[in-house]
Amino acid sequence: MSPILFWFFALLMLVFGAAVVVNRNPIASALNLVVSFLGLAALFMSLDAFFIGIIQVLVYAGAVMVLFLFIIMLLDLRAERLRKINWVASAGGVAVALALLVQIFYVIGHLTFSKQTFPPLARSEIDDVHNIGLLLFGNYNLPFQIIGVLVLVATIGAVLLSKRERR
Amino acid sequence: MVTLGHYLIVSGILFAIGFAGVMLRRSLIIIFMSLELMLNAANLSLVAFSRFHVQPSGVPDYNAQVFVFFIITVGAAEVAVGLAIIVALFRARQTTHVEDINTLKF
Repeated sequence: MSPILFWFFALLMLVFGAAVVVNRNPIASALNLVVSFLGLAALFMSLDAFFIGIIQVLVYAGAVMVLFLFIIMLLDLRAERLRKINWVASAGGVAVALALLVQIFYVIGHLTFSKQTFPPLARSEIDDVHNIGLLLFGNYNLPFQIIGVLVLVATIGAVLLSKRERR
Repeated sequence: MVTLGHYLIVSGILFAIGFAGVMLRRSLIIIFMSLELMLNAANLSLVAFSRFHVQPSGVPDYNAQVFVFFIITVGAAEVAVGLAIIVALFRARQTTHVEDINTLKF
């Protein structure tokens, strides 16, 4: 992938990701999150992970964001009114996040292989989805079944939690 | 040229943005969105390592991509349950503001 496209999508993702945190209106935050996830899907595709990119668009930009918007509208959340900001807590939060960022930069700067470019791929006849499917239903069959049970439990849990109790 | 380090740095910045959101914001919904940002930042670094670690046969290391698939599935299930909990909380307390939910506060 050309560096211009990489920086374009990376900046798109980071700017809209920051807008999620900064925005006061929850609906604007949710829509910013969609754009951020679309940028992330483009980055996945730039890494030749087409299946993951498509899944990202379908699951996050599609299903999860609809769920978020649905809940925001159901609860009728308006823009947060300005409260007295706890400056000590805010400064602490920013300081911890910055410390994390500095640490990440330090670790990546000292990785010997982080300066290397990506090795080229062989042109293969079999596509991405086929390879992941083989691995998923072969090597990772048991985790896959467990994930199925987890999704079932989550479905039942969500229904139970949102059921109105009758007294 | 774009190197592995660039992807890792972008992933780290996205994780820090999500982390700052969890630390700074007081609305449960926004905190939840920031959690999703952090999950996806981890996914980005996993996929970058998958592409970097090319197998002898010339394909990326698909183990990492299966792992990302599992993370996305668990993340979606987590969002469903978490939002149901937020709805139940809103019914009980009429608020999604974390400072109004302080029964257990010391």
